[in-house]
Amino acid sequence: SRELFVLTYGALVAQLCKDYEKDEDVNTCLDRMGYGIGVRLIEDFLARSAVKKCRSYSETADTIAQVAFKMYLGVTPSVSCSSAAGNEFSLILDKNPLVDFVEELPAERASLCYCNLLCGVIRGALEMVHLAAEVTFLQDKLKGDAVTEIGIVFLKNTEDKKHKRN
Amino acid sequence: MAIFSVYVVNKAGGLIYQLDHYAPRADAEKTFSFPLEFVLRPHDERVVVAFGQRDGVRGAAGSRREWAAGRGRAAAHGALPAVGHAVLAINGAEVNGRLTADGKDVLEFLSNPANYPVSIRFGRHRLSSNEKLMLASMFHSLFAIGSQLSPELGSSGIEMLETDTFKLHCFQTLTGIKFVVLADPRQTGIDSLLRKIYEIYSDFALKNPFYSLEMPIRCELFDQNLKLALEAAEKAGPFGPGS
Repeated sequence: SRELFVLTYGALVAQLCKDYEKDEDVNTCLDRMGYGIGVRLIEDFLARSAVKKCRSYSETADTIAQVAFKMYLGVTPSVSCSSAAGNEFSLILDKNPLVDFVEELPAERASLCYCNLLCGVIRGALEMVHLAAEVTFLQDKLKGDAVTEIGIVFLKNTEDKKHKRN
Repeated sequence: MAIFSVYVVNKAGGLIYQLDHYAPRADAEKTFSFPLEFVLRPHDERVVVAFGQRDGVRGAAGSRREWAAGRGRAAAHGALPAVGHAVLAINGAEVNGRLTADGKDVLEFLSNPANYPVSIRFGRHRLSSNEKLMLASMFHSLFAIGSQLSPELGSSGIEMLETDTFKLHCFQTLTGIKFVVLADPRQTGIDSLLRKIYEIYSDFALKNPFYSLEMPIRCELFDQNLKLALEAAEKAGPFGPGS
């Protein structure tokens, strides 16, 4: 059924490309859809994985890579911290199941982020556990880079001053 | 029934789901003649028994009257007009708050000797949905206070509230949703039941594309699966390990 999912995703992106001319629009649309998925998927993830509350950003990034990606996509990206402040992380995927059937991006869609849905999902999920983050693609194999790299930048926690709900 | 009810409270403290799972409590319907032996008074939107409990089930309240005190007779059924019970029906017709089914005021009706003998059904009143909403938000606030009172950081908040007739179990997810289960004090396995309810929520409420987050849950599949889970937990019951 993973194949069906990958094919469905491909059909979704293809349709969006037909609907929108600009790459940025498609990217935004994918991100928004991913966000909608993420806010719901987080509960499913928490219910099934029973992970405890993460005490630091690096723990969170590790959990996303090792537990969540494994659970839903079957791959385990490696995590690296890319800033001294400890709030920027990269997930490096050498195998991305979503692009199994994609050779390369068509010429007119050079700046399309094919897997932008994933960014939206991560962003939505983090927001539901009160962690604001910006998630973008730093490198993309489809665009000719060596690996696919997703960057997560944790923004200032909005609930810092108020009591922690959890 | 060992599990009495389930409440789901969203992040803002609003009640988004509520299920009452208990069998209707034994209500007492009896025929009375004028004058009534107990005192009725209005309370909120209901007429309740204030004084004058009969048959000594719980003698303390009625002990002011000699004939009520010390009556050791065991009650034939569990719930006689006890203090706190509300008038549920008169002559078979359910009362509507403080008015009878015909629209007359209950207290007036009962103070008129011409209406006797009358058959009145008493029982513990059910909470109305407004009351449940209020109680849920109150619990939400208490929960927040509980977390803040904790001497250590990162408290889990209120996990259990115990009384002699029920235990309230609460589980708050990392996203702020609370699942509250009221059960018999002897019922075990509620922790795993709470986790199971979380799974059912994530499956049937969240994956439903037409369900908006934080809104009241109106999903048939959620209801059905929740009832199945409750029944499974009850069967596992106080006598066996929780499911």
